Amino acid sequence: MGPVPELDELNEFFWTSGADGKLRMQYCDDCQYWQHPPSVCCRKCLGEGIAPRELSGEGTVAAVTINRMPWMPGLKVPYVLVIVELDEQPGLRLTSAMPSVDPEQVAIGDRVKVWFEQREDVWMPFFAPLA
Amino acid sequence: MSNPYSEKQCVISGVGQSEIGRRLPRSGLQLTVDAVKKALDDAGLKREDIDGVSSWPGQMQNSAPGFSPVSITDLREAMDLKLSWYNAGIESTQMSAIINACMAVASGQARHVICFRTMTEASSMAKGTRSSVQGTGSQRISGPFQWQLPFGAFSASSWAALIASRYMHEFGASREQLAQIALNARRNAQLNERAVYRDPLSMEDYLSARMISDPLCLFDCDVPIDGSTVLIISHKDCAPDLKATPIHIESVAGPLYGRDSWDQQDDLTRFCAEDAGKMLWSRTDFSPKDVDFAELYDGFSFLTLLWLEGLGFCGRGEAAAFVEGGQRIARDGELPLATHGGQLSAGRTHGLGYFHEAVKQLRGEAGSHQLAGDRKLAVVSNGGGNLAGAALLRKD
Repeated sequence: MGPVPELDELNEFFWTSGADGKLRMQYCDDCQYWQHPPSVCCRKCLGEGIAPRELSGEGTVAAVTINRMPWMPGLKVPYVLVIVELDEQPGLRLTSAMPSVDPEQVAIGDRVKVWFEQREDVWMPFFAPLA
Repeated sequence: MSNPYSEKQCVISGVGQSEIGRRLPRSGLQLTVDAVKKALDDAGLKREDIDGVSSWPGQMQNSAPGFSPVSITDLREAMDLKLSWYNAGIESTQMSAIINACMAVASGQARHVICFRTMTEASSMAKGTRSSVQGTGSQRISGPFQWQLPFGAFSASSWAALIASRYMHEFGASREQLAQIALNARRNAQLNERAVYRDPLSMEDYLSARMISDPLCLFDCDVPIDGSTVLIISHKDCAPDLKATPIHIESVAGPLYGRDSWDQQDDLTRFCAEDAGKMLWSRTDFSPKDVDFAELYDGFSFLTLLWLEGLGFCGRGEAAAFVEGGQRIARDGELPLATHGGQLSAGRTHGLGYFHEAVKQLRGEAGSHQLAGDRKLAVVSNGGGNLAGAALLRKD
């Protein structure tokens, strides 16, 4: 459905995290702060004590849209895009999609859980309804 | 407010706009030269008077065809301009061409600066390349786009739609309320012979239109065009020599305090418009109640709602109610918006078109779509998502 991210030393852990079915983001032990996208230091304390850490993969749909526009030949529409707010921290979010469900059935406030789809050497974190 | 290097040293001495159309037989550079000649004539300045050029985002024809096809060098060579100062670049707010020109003039680096914004997106789309949609090729995605494109969020219409959905959820805004931005723009465009879309647009037309990315429909998205807009920023000391009524730059702002991201904002529905508003009003003794009309960014209709709140024309979460029914924002309302038709109906001139319109209205030169009464103070805004700039323009 979409192009593949270019892996680099900062983002590789994120885009390959799904190989074992787990979502990971950078976490600062000193600040107890999650940050995304990944960077070279903690954006709170500027320390380098940040490392990828496993998240529950559960969250809440904060925003939703159904894209109905075939932006390129072969693009199957409609499909649903979401911004998911992850349980671990207010404001820690991922833009993602929910390709396994009926687009019309997704609403803000829905509880969701991550799942992964391998695309070349990348594991795409998609979401589906929790339970 | 006695800072001798502030934007208050500057006036808009001239404006010019090329033909604006869905597909024109003139190149981006030809359109730009057309607009420069008109602006020079408007100001009563000669080519030899120009000693600065300022642009945003700079030429990027290879990465985004039609989005910014003309470089400063292209223009300099075409018109043999002698430049004491010039500047363009994308790592800057959308209004940076104006902000930087003001700083250059106030500090004495230049005296008369051309600011231009040229688009040939309509012609590029006709050739099959859509500059506003990234990642449709086979190459891998790096940088900020990697957090959106791989999931199928290819277009800013989807990014804005996500935020619009959150806004409507939080504040109970409806599509009928949002529609007023598009309907108002079209009513004004019907009076403007230079607008791109001038057919009547009804609420029924709006509600039955093709959805692009829910809750945004076709009429919530601006229309790509070919065309160029030029402003000339000059030192206010030049005002007595100008042909046209000078329009003073009372205040201008393009801050970046929040995350430069569509999904990591502290508050998903505030974005940068609020920061630009705060900084804009901190640099002037005027306040929102003094404003006679506003040319607020409507690249997506929803962004206008964020601007109404961010600039303090209404309270947080109140913009949809503010525009309901359309009376307040109509040309005879308390705060006329998009008086030329906005980017939604007059064409995606991408920021500078609002300045052109505000200057014409303040001078009383907007012709068939001139507002009634003497209008002295106008707000112009650009962007409104993860980058935002605003300006307050004043006539003596």
